[in-house]
Amino acid sequence: MTKSELIELIAAKQQHLPTKDVELAVKQVLEIMGDALSQGSRIEIRGFGSFSLHFRPPRQGRNPKTGETVALSGKYVPHFKPGKDLRERVNAGIDNPIRD
Amino acid sequence: MALTKAEIAEALFDQLGLNKREARELVDLFFEELRAALSTGEQVKLSGFGNFDLRDKNQRPGRNPKTGKEIPISARRVVTFRPGQKLKARVEAYAGTKQ
Repeated sequence: MTKSELIELIAAKQQHLPTKDVELAVKQVLEIMGDALSQGSRIEIRGFGSFSLHFRPPRQGRNPKTGETVALSGKYVPHFKPGKDLRERVNAGIDNPIRD
Repeated sequence: MALTKAEIAEALFDQLGLNKREARELVDLFFEELRAALSTGEQVKLSGFGNFDLRDKNQRPGRNPKTGKEIPISARRVVTFRPGQKLKARVEAYAGTKQ
C-alpha cells in the first residue's frame, strides 16, 4: 500500500471530507510525526506502536572508494516498536502472502 | 512528552482547520488502515516517512530467562519499520539531550 492508496481508502471510509482534503490531512499527519521525532519527542499510538530515537555512537568509517578512514559523529535514528494489538493482528495474518 | 493521537488531531485542527471531530476520525482511520493493510499481509510504503515491512520468522529455540528451561519460540510474522531518507535526515540532525 502506498500513500496515495491510503488516502483513497480513508477518503472512501468517511463522509465529511473530499479526497483533496484527506490528502492534505494525511500528508500533514506524517509532517506532524516527523516534526515530533526531529525534535527528539517520542510518538505513542495505543494499539499501533511507538516511535522513538535511538542513538548511534560516533565511529570510524571508511570511504569505500579510497579506503581512507573518516571520523563519523554520533547520530540519532528513528526506531519503531509495534504495539501489542498490531503484533497480534499481523501474526494472525501469517497465512496471507506478503505483498507490496 | 510523547505525541499521541489526541495531539495529532489537535495539530490538524490548528494547522489545517479541520473541525475536531473530523480530525479525530481522520487520525483514527489513518492508523486503523495501516493496521488493516499489515494484518492482511500488505506492506506499507509512505514515501518521505518510511516503510512498514513484514518478515516471517522461523521457529527458533528460546529459553525462559527465569527458570532457564528451553522452550521453542514459535514461527511468527513481525512488522519492521525502515525510515525513509527524508525522515532519517531530519532526525540525524537532532542533537538534544536524551529523550
